[in-house]
Amino acid sequence: MIRVVLPYHLRMLAHVGKEVGIEVDGPVTPRAIIDALEAEYPMLRGTIRDHATGERRPMLRYFAFGEDVTHESQDDPLPDEVASGREPFRIVGAIAGG
Amino acid sequence: MSGVRVLVGTHKGAFVLTSDGKRKSWDVSGPHFGGWEIYHVKGSPVDPNRIYASQSSDWFGQVVHRSDDGGKNWQTVGNEFKYEGQAGTHKWYDDTDHPWEFKRVWHFEPSLTDPDTVYAGVEDAGLFRSSDAGATWREVPGLRKHATGPTWHPGAGGLCLHTILLDPSDPKRMYIAISAAGTFRTDDGGETWKPINRGLHSDFMPDPEAEVGHCVHRIAMHPSNPNVLFMQKHWDVMRSDNAGESWQEVSGNLPTDFGFVIDVHAHEPETIYVVPIKSDSEHYPPDGQLRVYRSRSGGNEWEALTKGLPERDCYVNILRDSMSVDKLDPCGVYFGTTGGQVYASADAGDSWEAIARDLPAVFSVEVQTLS
Repeated sequence: MIRVVLPYHLRMLAHVGKEVGIEVDGPVTPRAIIDALEAEYPMLRGTIRDHATGERRPMLRYFAFGEDVTHESQDDPLPDEVASGREPFRIVGAIAGG
Repeated sequence: MSGVRVLVGTHKGAFVLTSDGKRKSWDVSGPHFGGWEIYHVKGSPVDPNRIYASQSSDWFGQVVHRSDDGGKNWQTVGNEFKYEGQAGTHKWYDDTDHPWEFKRVWHFEPSLTDPDTVYAGVEDAGLFRSSDAGATWREVPGLRKHATGPTWHPGAGGLCLHTILLDPSDPKRMYIAISAAGTFRTDDGGETWKPINRGLHSDFMPDPEAEVGHCVHRIAMHPSNPNVLFMQKHWDVMRSDNAGESWQEVSGNLPTDFGFVIDVHAHEPETIYVVPIKSDSEHYPPDGQLRVYRSRSGGNEWEALTKGLPERDCYVNILRDSMSVDKLDPCGVYFGTTGGQVYASADAGDSWEAIARDLPAVFSVEVQTLS
């Protein structure tokens, strides 16, 4: 079970708490996690990655075991701590706006 | 027992205000979708319990919600707005070519006959249609593929398709308006579109009377007289008596003819309302006095409606989708401000009261008359 921490507004949209658990088949990568997250919570489609480009939205970042993996390859395996569920994968919204 | 439901989209959520037919006391529910920008909320004229809401943010993009019980409960529906074919380019502010990119839904226009069919006007300017209650969306591509499309420039708020009018007498006729391309009409259900901007004059354009490029802020129609259109342009209040083939200015004695909203009385097709704004550089009422202006002659002769509205120190704006009317008798008129007030008149504009006073900045106001 992979643990994913969502930003506040996506929790409200998906009607979940701060953290969700999802199953990921194969290597645990950022792309695989977001794919599984969208499959489990279809209302999140288009909110993390742009529908048209498939790219991460620019005001979101990904963190894994204390490391910013936002700009790493989305197909690179994440640390064992995340893949094993000991640590969550964090999707973080930019602190901006008013 | 008749009643009224006012659907308010704001900078930080949606609110639903309800009252009985007397329109004296109001219940406020919300915020729905708290913290998100709600550009527009509109109900189906066929099934008033069916309501569509456009929710968006710079962080998470576009979300669409639908309610089937009059706004008590909501579910997310489809939010993929994919332009048909090669998206191509339009002009950017500096006249360079800019790729067509979907940003948000500005306006929903539910069908006059089918609660599952709804149109969406989006930024970058495009028209989409859903025939499954918002689950999926397909572009009506003829509009964006008009030969002038690559020359369209954004207005200050972006290249937005903000107004959709459906002709109740002809299901194949529809009008749309884009800032800053102008107004277009289809007579074949969206296959082909014609710019209908003859008579408009915009000094900011190299050719002030060009076929496209005008910053039309809003158009309105009375359902009993669909060939007559009213327009609040960037500057100038206009009317057309021939389905947009030509326009004439009816600003008359308005203190300023800049503004955003325009609407028509529910029972008097020649009674129209605007809220003059000082200028394109100063988006607030002249002299700090918030005044609705009413014309009972379809334009040119206007009277200031002041009773119940701020007479001093008022520097709010009234955005283009923020005025609506109910169908009761006397007709109710409603508008929202960027200061978070929603004003209502239960006597066709003679007097006003704030039915909500401290909401976030209001983006849109739509009214449903309930039987």
